[in-house]
Amino acid sequence: MASALALRRKGANAVFVAFCAVMTFLALGLLVMILYSLLKNGLGGLDSKVFTMTTPPPGEAGGLINAITGSLIMCAIGMVAAIVIGIPAGTWLAEYGGDSLYAKVVRFLNDVLLSAPSILIGLFVYEIMVKPLHGFSAIAGGAALALVAVPVITRATEDVLKLQPSSLRESGVALGTPLSTTIRNIIWRAASSGIATAGLLAFARISGETAPLLFTSLGDQFQNWNLMKPTAALPQVIYQFAMSPYDDWRRLAWVGAILVTGAVLATQIIARIIIREPDRQ
Amino acid sequence: MNDLSRENFQPATLERPPGEIKMEVKNLEFFYGKTRALHSVSLPVKANNVTAMIGPSGCGKSTLLRAMNRIYALYPGQRATGEVLLDGENILDPKVDLAVLRTRVGMVFQKPTPFPMSIFDNVAFGLRMHETLSRGDMKDRVEEALQRAALWDEVKDKLGSSGLGLSGGQQQRLCVARSIAVRPEVLLLDEPASALDPISTSKLEDTIGELKRDYTIVIVTHNLQQAARISDYTAFMYLGRLVEFGETEGLFTSPKSTQTADYVTGRFG
Repeated sequence: MASALALRRKGANAVFVAFCAVMTFLALGLLVMILYSLLKNGLGGLDSKVFTMTTPPPGEAGGLINAITGSLIMCAIGMVAAIVIGIPAGTWLAEYGGDSLYAKVVRFLNDVLLSAPSILIGLFVYEIMVKPLHGFSAIAGGAALALVAVPVITRATEDVLKLQPSSLRESGVALGTPLSTTIRNIIWRAASSGIATAGLLAFARISGETAPLLFTSLGDQFQNWNLMKPTAALPQVIYQFAMSPYDDWRRLAWVGAILVTGAVLATQIIARIIIREPDRQ
Repeated sequence: MNDLSRENFQPATLERPPGEIKMEVKNLEFFYGKTRALHSVSLPVKANNVTAMIGPSGCGKSTLLRAMNRIYALYPGQRATGEVLLDGENILDPKVDLAVLRTRVGMVFQKPTPFPMSIFDNVAFGLRMHETLSRGDMKDRVEEALQRAALWDEVKDKLGSSGLGLSGGQQQRLCVARSIAVRPEVLLLDEPASALDPISTSKLEDTIGELKRDYTIVIVTHNLQQAARISDYTAFMYLGRLVEFGETEGLFTSPKSTQTADYVTGRFG
């Protein structure tokens, strides 16, 4: 009797493990296929022109430099704004807000923002910045990206700070240090790798965002350094070129996709290294 | 009148003859939200003596300790009523400057909590917060603190390396050094040896014995032998009440209360 039960359990276990293995294989297989098609279609077009020439009209030679610089500028604006807002907000939630009603509301709204469709964020920035300023701009694009990144950083900062032992907080305060100084000089430092990782992950997230840019930075064919003017960005160029009927544009879209994927991959790897590194100086 | 105000604050140790009352707890009640954790506790803490607090888990000994530098004030739901006198002044008075209070009454916690910075900076952290010292003076004070915490010989060649790289016992002595660097008058130790191995524990106990000459020490411990070894006075607590207080030798050899007798002989707790 007992052995029949054992056999049935073993059988159930084997079925479940096999099911999980097949699903894992499917998921990984899809990922490999995506990467394969990316490399197959994009690698051929990856040459020096990509980094020296701006996006071309159909049928002419060109590159992606305006989109690369545009993406970098807007991501930089977005990240700076998100860090300036997100880290203090996360710190307040973790250290001061506690279970107060205000903290609960802020936490809830932050989570809502975290899962808000990014196209909505684009529309919102269009309403409050693009319309009043009478034009699409890199600033507006950066603001939209910041709105995507702020909740990510806020949430991650709060989580990382809450992981710090309360005895560390108490030890700082027990030396007669005000709580705010303890947080800035000790808690932030102890949590620095976690906060840095959160920043990198937020960067990885916004570097591939297209929707918030469509209504805000619009895109531009030329190299543009004026933050108040429409500016190209890699995801937006990929969107525009991939939908086009021109083969050379579509090739460039694949190259752009390789660049974005490479950037995200590099950020993820750096984040992993930071996490793995113990907190030693 | 209020010596705990910032203007009158003197960082140097206030000398008090050994044996005189340094701190005094009077009718202290403590609340975690609505739960009462201490019931009218009163006891004296004598200068340059080690006072140990013993009792089973949850008896309120750590709570009592945490009232003595008002560290509980970090948490909004916690409050204390009654009096805790430091040199005759009630530190529970809302007007007391907590930063000054905590420089006068230092604290070391159960788990070593080195700050994520160099050994030197760990010890200098509190000093930088309260005093403006020249580079040389700072070095001297850091060395002095590390010497007194019996850690200097082990770390003098690596003051620049991270405090997190030390062993558990060294980290705990680093925390002691960090607390005494600001020259407190009273040092509160909350089960400082519970996370340490026997050798580190014995070193820490030696350190406490040394520190007694200059500081008034209050220690919470689960380890009865430790209380017997290092303390001059012992308080036995049970269910939020002080059951017995007296000289350590007397309390361990001829306890007045049967509860104390049962506890120190290992019959319960």
